[in-house]
Amino acid sequence: MTQRPPPRIDPHLVTDRSVDRLPQGLFDQRVAELSKLLASRPTAPDRQPAATRWQDEIIAREIPKGARVLDLGCGDGALLERLMRDLGVRGQGLEIDPEAVFSCVERGVPVMQTDLDEGLRRFPDQAFDVVVLEETLQTLANPREMLAEMLRVGRQGMVSFPNFAHWRVLVDLVASGRMPVTEWLPYHWYETSNIHPFTLQDLLDWSRESGVQVVSGYAYENGVVRNLSADDNLHAEEVLIVVER
Amino acid sequence: MAPAKKDEARATPPDASGSVGWTEAQTRCLVPAGSTLALELGGSVGPVTVEYETYGSLSPHKDNVVFIAHALSGDAHVAGWDRRAAETGRTWRQKKPGWWDAIVGPGKALDTNRLFVICPNVLGSCYGTTGPSSVDPSTAKPYGLRFPMVTVGDWVNLHMRLLDALGIERLRAVVGGSLGGQQALEMALAYPERVERSVVLAASARLSVQGLAFNAVGRYCILHDPNFAGGDYYDGEGPGAGLAAARMLAHITYLSDEGMHEKFGRRLQDDVNGRQGGFGIEFAVESYLDHQGRAFVERFDANSYLYITRAMDYYDAAAAWGGGSLTEACRRIRAKMLIVSFDSDWLYPPEVCKELALALTQANRPVTYANVPSHYGHDSFLVETEKVGRLLRGFLAH
Repeated sequence: MTQRPPPRIDPHLVTDRSVDRLPQGLFDQRVAELSKLLASRPTAPDRQPAATRWQDEIIAREIPKGARVLDLGCGDGALLERLMRDLGVRGQGLEIDPEAVFSCVERGVPVMQTDLDEGLRRFPDQAFDVVVLEETLQTLANPREMLAEMLRVGRQGMVSFPNFAHWRVLVDLVASGRMPVTEWLPYHWYETSNIHPFTLQDLLDWSRESGVQVVSGYAYENGVVRNLSADDNLHAEEVLIVVER
Repeated sequence: MAPAKKDEARATPPDASGSVGWTEAQTRCLVPAGSTLALELGGSVGPVTVEYETYGSLSPHKDNVVFIAHALSGDAHVAGWDRRAAETGRTWRQKKPGWWDAIVGPGKALDTNRLFVICPNVLGSCYGTTGPSSVDPSTAKPYGLRFPMVTVGDWVNLHMRLLDALGIERLRAVVGGSLGGQQALEMALAYPERVERSVVLAASARLSVQGLAFNAVGRYCILHDPNFAGGDYYDGEGPGAGLAAARMLAHITYLSDEGMHEKFGRRLQDDVNGRQGGFGIEFAVESYLDHQGRAFVERFDANSYLYITRAMDYYDAAAAWGGGSLTEACRRIRAKMLIVSFDSDWLYPPEVCKELALALTQANRPVTYANVPSHYGHDSFLVETEKVGRLLRGFLAH
């Protein structure tokens, strides 16, 4: 590794204009052009709070009848309840929030109150057919380890996440110079639980590096759910991929 | 454990719609005179009578039975008001209903409009089931320390005999807190085909070393009381001071530091005159413990305390059923399991309770584990009736 020289501290602490800096005018001009280009695109319709999450619909289609399903961060247990009722799956949820755990119990969903950051060490290898990670991965302390653990305890993983490379997020960051706050990422930097933001491309890179197959993928864009396409790193607001070792 | 104030305030009078009303204990001789019950540690005892209470009606298919296992100092009087409190000399029961009255009753979490709830006293108890204060037929005197050592496993075996006698094959659920939770676990392990659900509250597969230590000090107080007389104190005064001390010590372990701070603080009883400069009851917490100690001596037998705490010490599900591995033991279980810990409980701390849940997971069993936020320490399972009720109601509905 080459060592950088220690920074030179200006004796008068004044801005050194001789340093090669991006001209502010040029930057503003480029941002304006980009914003104009993107403003010509159709905007997303107002999002109504959905009765169920679109990811739930896809997961319910993908999961075979009678499968053993582990839902990591299962929330109030609505998804597992549905899968148990409609598909006869053998469900197990993990959830950190005590109130959500109460809801699971009331729905008849087996749930263990635990912090996912403690890991899945005590789960045996391949104990489940499917492991679900719905909108949870980016909130974990060690997402890469969780992905590996997911495919150790389960044959298949279903991972959904907000795509931080969606153009709106990128533009928001570039144009405002602030951490993006969008409709589907409504939290400020100081309050977000998304401590490990990542993009679709990041996850595809991970799968390639880890020898993991992406069996199928779905994108949510402008209120429509469809199969994942090649340019979705820029266009998918939310993504669900199904992976296998 | 006496129900805390919060619970008493909520107690339902016998004529209220949520109360099971006036109750009457029943007794049943399960081991008749002339025969004996073989015990886990090699001894035997006979005859054996069990005292129990029931609430609600047994369904025609006998498929609505919920078995409640009581804790160390508990009894079969779970709910309602004891009709025979005066004549049986259990006068403390005239002041309050059963220990889980907020949970058991018409429309309550364990709804006696639909469920048949049964709770027997354990072997070695002083509430009607054969124990060290019962008369030994071979000497015509109370057993005292000649009573054989009994275990949680013995209790469960005896209680299954009671269910057999009542024609009950399967339990919709077995529910217990603390030492009762250990019985709920043991029942699911020893009789997997007879238990559909098991609810383990504020308990786990074994007592912690700290718990063993507290029990040891409690017994020391009793055994070294000058009135203990080797356990043959039934004609005399009895080891009241020792038993009270044991109870006071145990009570500290049932509360949390935070809960004590909230309930008593460093308040003095006499806030006008302040410190007295002596060794009487001065702090509010001293007064509370003194009261708990005295009340306990009135209603509990010191020998029973020795036997039951020892059974609690000995219980180790992993050793009994898994050759030392809790995971192996859990492979036997067929019941749906609900394990509940309370975050301020330091007698059965959350991580110890969670260990049981993790062992079930490792054994590939579905499990529900909840860690309930509460300030009430180990006593939470008695006091947090709304939260515990919600969990019970939900768990039993599926």
